[in-house]
Amino acid sequence: MKDFKEPFNIILAGVGGQGNIVASRLLGIAATMAGFKVAVGETYGASQRGGSVMSHIRLSKKNEFGPLIPTGCADILVCFEPLEALRVAAKYAHSETTAIVNANPIYPADMLMGVGGAYPPVEEMLAELEKMLGRVLTLDAADLARRAGSPKIVNMVMISALAATGYLPFARSFFDEALEEFLSKVPAESREVNRRAMELTIKL
Amino acid sequence: MSNQNNAGTTVLMTGNEAAARGALEAGVRFCTSYPGSPAVEVADVLFSAKDVYGEWSTNEIIAFEAAAAASYAGLRAITVMKHNGLAVAADFLLSLNHAALKSGLVVVIGDDPSGHSSVNELDSRQFVRFAEVPLLEPSTIEEAREMTRYAFELSEQVGTFVIVRLVTRICHARGNVVLREIPDFPAVKPSIGKEERFRCRPPLHVDVHVRQEKAREIYEHSPFNSYSGPQSETVIVSSGPSVLYAREALQILGLEDKVGLLKLGASWPVPREFVLKTAGHAENIIFIEDIDPFIEQNIITVLAQFGGKRYKFFGQGSGHVKGEWGAGMGEMNPDQAVQALCNVFDLPNPLKAPAVPTPDGVLKEELPVRELTMCPGCPHRSSFWAIKTALELDGRDGFPLGDIGCYAMGARKASNFLLRSVFCMGSGAGMANGFGQLQNMGFDQPVIATVGDSTFFHACLPALVNARYNNADFTLVVLDNSTTAMTGFQPHAGTATPGKDSKSIMMIEDVTRGMGLETVVCDPHQLDDTVENLCRLLKKKGANVLIMRKPCALMNYRLEQRLFEVDSEKCLGDDCGCSRFCSRVFACPAIFFDESIGKAYINDTLCTGCGACATLCPRGAIYEKSFSGTEGKN
Repeated sequence: MKDFKEPFNIILAGVGGQGNIVASRLLGIAATMAGFKVAVGETYGASQRGGSVMSHIRLSKKNEFGPLIPTGCADILVCFEPLEALRVAAKYAHSETTAIVNANPIYPADMLMGVGGAYPPVEEMLAELEKMLGRVLTLDAADLARRAGSPKIVNMVMISALAATGYLPFARSFFDEALEEFLSKVPAESREVNRRAMELTIKL
Repeated sequence: MSNQNNAGTTVLMTGNEAAARGALEAGVRFCTSYPGSPAVEVADVLFSAKDVYGEWSTNEIIAFEAAAAASYAGLRAITVMKHNGLAVAADFLLSLNHAALKSGLVVVIGDDPSGHSSVNELDSRQFVRFAEVPLLEPSTIEEAREMTRYAFELSEQVGTFVIVRLVTRICHARGNVVLREIPDFPAVKPSIGKEERFRCRPPLHVDVHVRQEKAREIYEHSPFNSYSGPQSETVIVSSGPSVLYAREALQILGLEDKVGLLKLGASWPVPREFVLKTAGHAENIIFIEDIDPFIEQNIITVLAQFGGKRYKFFGQGSGHVKGEWGAGMGEMNPDQAVQALCNVFDLPNPLKAPAVPTPDGVLKEELPVRELTMCPGCPHRSSFWAIKTALELDGRDGFPLGDIGCYAMGARKASNFLLRSVFCMGSGAGMANGFGQLQNMGFDQPVIATVGDSTFFHACLPALVNARYNNADFTLVVLDNSTTAMTGFQPHAGTATPGKDSKSIMMIEDVTRGMGLETVVCDPHQLDDTVENLCRLLKKKGANVLIMRKPCALMNYRLEQRLFEVDSEKCLGDDCGCSRFCSRVFACPAIFFDESIGKAYINDTLCTGCGACATLCPRGAIYEKSFSGTEGKN
């Protein structure tokens, strides 16, 4: 792990209904276990309603920070959807930012109705991200989630990918511990599905 | 989480959970609430605690009144509501302040700067100045716990209720909290003394002032107010989470050694001696806070009256502090705090999005905005479809009014702006009473008031009594999804409630029929039947009721997980003549049209398995498939 950047800022970005809040809570708990001062800011309200959603996660060794990350100050972006990746990168990233991007598009509701313009081509958006950011990792999270047994756990796949990259400023064991604590509260069947998602992702 | 053995441990909590924890640490015994984002979970958590009576009250004024009764009977009590709820409860708020309370009574308010999940962004702090009651404004999650705990003590010391103002960035933020012990409080037998009287009379106004002065004296030494940084000629005064943004802005601009920061957590009544002592020396005062210039106006008043010199004030009034919508609008954030300081000190803003978009890249145009819409499988989508169709068939330019809930999305782009009005709880039914009396003046358009099931009980009963009594012409459509969906599935009078006898369920149709109003119940996913009933009711004189009943798709999905798929053999795509009904017209966000093969397909990461599309597809091309991947019957 290289020198810790104070504060260390992570954004999870996606579309309402993808499980953004569960994922950010899990990361926040892991960071708390690792001894950081943690601040998490989340979007509710729109979260089940197809809107753009994001969670800001801020880790500090010294100070308490507010739950919102200033413009251009996000160090890691975990993006559950490519259009949201570009939206959040354009405002919050800096040139060293790392992005982990699920390349499966979710089309905005008004676009489906034929009143909302066109969805930008995914390859073009990914190319733009490559130009803007320090590092871009893409994966097909929906496919991994399906293979694990439930198309609904894209969120687990995405944060498992983040943990697997080693970019988090704390040891993997804290992430695993937080995940186990979370899984102990879900039905046994989902527990297995989530674990499988984790394993499949880490193998990548 | 209510385990007292956890005392001393550091945990991650939301501001809502932390406020609930604080109340438990203070021995709260009675909690009432009507669900309203962003503060809903405070009550959610307290209801699950042992030794606490908790209820989802039918509306906020009843919640407040019930909690006051508990206080008079000797129990520490709390009531939780959003800013709009405080407006509903305002009549009681502005009467109860006249009489001394007995046990601690705390009102937790969730303000929603920028209106993330609200129709407006009222600043509830205006009410504390009006009611002259003490206010606490947490800046951190830890303070949400500690202030709520302390608020009960303060309430008993001063003899009136205390308002704890949370904002969205406290309620829905998470941070570290050090838990305190939840002591074994002795059981209290609630009772009212023979001579006790509780009332409001004009002469009691003097007591209101006396209590406020007592609170001010306590606030002069409150640990929630503090000054940090140098004794400089420039001082920022701030409250709530804005304190953290202000501090970060000072760090970003390297101004920490040049500017002092006065944090006011116990902010009303204004601790004026403390303010004079800490900020009185300064020349320049900058105000950074959420929504209204509340701290700004209060501090300007104190310094102008008692400061003994001229100050320069920088805030919303001077135009130095403002967001993208302008001054006094939208929530504060670190970007705005940095820009405000740059404005005051005439500095360049160092915050930049680094990403220099390539001139020919996709960022050269603005990215498409994601319009909010009803969830996949939402029964409101079918209900709105039925209302739209019925009004077209009726042909008299009828229109539907809206109300507060998920269905307010019917006033947005993704619903073709179907609903013509959205104001406060019950306003659709109330306004229909007005439109419904204009027939003698030549008004000939049929009027529909749409209302949710929880809103029906909260705010529509007086409107229906009025309609029946004064014979107003309109149709009330109850969009009954059998829960309070928008705020996270809280029960209400018309639904089963955990721990309550199912006999307590009040059926909406029984209530409206009891009022003498013709009432029909239908399933909105059965579109033909629903449209036919609505067309018939629209033609009738007087007020009548159509209940469109289908449980919320998300709630249903939790019970029975189903998945649907498009049979690409059967789907004819654009050759069908359905005009892409499922994806474009019905517009379920889980159904896409795959241009490459010219067929519809269902995104299984979003589908909630309601099956509405399977009923609606004219080709019967959508079928249920089981979770293991094997096909089920259509």
